[in-house]
Amino acid sequence: MTLDKKDREILEILQDNSRLKPEQIAVMLGLEIREIEKRIKALEEDKIIVKYHTLINWENAGEEVVSALIEVKVAPQRGAGFDKVAERIYRFPEVKSVYLMSGRYDLSVLIEGKTMKEVALFVSTKLATIEDVHSTATHFVLKKYKQEGIILEDGEKDRRLVISP
Amino acid sequence: MINWHEKLSPMVKKVPWSGIRKYFDLVSEMKGVVSLGVGEPDFVTPWHIREACIYSLEKGYTMYTSNWGLLELREEIARYLYNTYKVIYEPRNEVLITVGVSEGMDLALRAVTAPGDEVLVPEPCYVSYAPCTSMAGGVPVSIPASAENDFRVTAAQIEEKITPRTKALILSYPNNPTGAVISREELMEIAKVVKKHDLIVISDEIYHNLTYEGKHTCFASLPAMRSRTILLNGFSKAYAMTGWRLGYACGHPDVIGHMTKIHQYTMLCAPVTAQMAALEALQNGTEEMAKMVAEYDRRRKLVLKGFCEIGLECFEPKGAFYAFPSIKNTGMTSEEFAEKLLLEAKVAVVPGNVFGANGEGHIRCSYAASVADLTEAIERMGIFLQKYTGEQNKAAAASG
Ligand SMILES: Cc1ncc(COP(=O)(O)O)c(C=O)c1O
Repeated sequence: MTLDKKDREILEILQDNSRLKPEQIAVMLGLEIREIEKRIKALEEDKIIVKYHTLINWENAGEEVVSALIEVKVAPQRGAGFDKVAERIYRFPEVKSVYLMSGRYDLSVLIEGKTMKEVALFVSTKLATIEDVHSTATHFVLKKYKQEGIILEDGEKDRRLVISP
Repeated sequence: MINWHEKLSPMVKKVPWSGIRKYFDLVSEMKGVVSLGVGEPDFVTPWHIREACIYSLEKGYTMYTSNWGLLELREEIARYLYNTYKVIYEPRNEVLITVGVSEGMDLALRAVTAPGDEVLVPEPCYVSYAPCTSMAGGVPVSIPASAENDFRVTAAQIEEKITPRTKALILSYPNNPTGAVISREELMEIAKVVKKHDLIVISDEIYHNLTYEGKHTCFASLPAMRSRTILLNGFSKAYAMTGWRLGYACGHPDVIGHMTKIHQYTMLCAPVTAQMAALEALQNGTEEMAKMVAEYDRRRKLVLKGFCEIGLECFEPKGAFYAFPSIKNTGMTSEEFAEKLLLEAKVAVVPGNVFGANGEGHIRCSYAASVADLTEAIERMGIFLQKYTGEQNKAAAASG
């Protein structure tokens, strides 16, 4: 699928706020509601829109979440390269993201758990034991400042006067 | 005890406070208000601009600049105006960096007004034009632009008000508070009148980048108009830089020189930190600005549709970030409407009469607000309108 300008605009709008209704987007872009619905459906079917999710700051809800970034060095396999190992890793629900990296290590794996122990245990028993995984280095996240383009701390508030000329 | 009232300048005493103050006092005591009353972007200045300013401070840019402003910035402005409108200004003596368009307007009026000179002010318009004219010793002559013409002033309306004392005409498109833009053809007609009567034009084009349909015409780019136009512009709106206080004035060296004379004694120069930031804005700010403009345009359409659905009659604003709907069918004055809407529905708007007597019967709604806030405000206004237009209809039915 090749995107046109309107598709791109729809994506930008939804990326910022996926809760806007097709009616609203239709007005904003000067298109028919049907047209917007059709385009969104096509974008979903082509897996350009992958999922509508919500960015939640669990810490503000008083929930304990531990995340760790694991640097993984692996031996690529003939024919499959890194994909097979990556798949073995990303199947685990504890694994939130997996990226193939250039540089000192190969895979960057983000893991979330309830406690440090849980995460450490996962790494040592599940991740490090995978055949072709040479080594792992675990870095625990101490504080999240910004996630997915959103500043989590002290979201910039409206500092304008309520009325001005 | 000293009696200040006796001591104060009678000229300043005569100038009324801006009508906006009253609502400001009222609003600031209330909670849960959704405001469509704000005349500035809801974006914060793009980070690269703020960062450039911080860097300039680290490097020690903390001194006065030339009275005219940093030459590099003036050159950048001249280049920008040439690239955008093909008007040529010599950065050395035809561009002056000012503390916002606000100062530019004051300087322009003071530089050209002799006591008793008349300045034509098409209304509704930004609140400072008439008071600044009076304080410069001039006489503001209001030209009520008609609602039927979407509040665009016509050449004929201008010509009607010209007297032997008429010195200057103020133009301001895209317009605050109406969001009206004006076409090149209409401006050409105005230019003819300007030429015929040998007038000066002070053109406040601060919203020029916020033009959503058609292309903005810079008044100075019209044939023979460059030499008699004082072009005022600034960074407040397009780059979301209101608090930085930076603008510029361009025009014939004689008048810009005269304005610089006033500026050197009253302001010395515009703040260097803001000038450094403005340089970054012009050099690297186009992309972020375009994003903001696209966002305003989407909200504009949303608001227009929303107003239409709740029965608020509104012509299509094609510039700035304001809509100026009519509230005449409620039978209330603009001030009554704005006050009731604030107290009962907790939505802040600005009554139209604040911007000129012919703004009566309208309210200014700024859509420099989040989609969530706009949607909430429109919903509240809908319920409010149902109550009052309902009553109005009942009354009409009873008397009819
Ligand atoms: C039409 C118009 N001119 C001038 C100004 C003031 O601009 P500045 O911030 O450059 O002084 C405003 C601000 O609201 C405006 O709407």
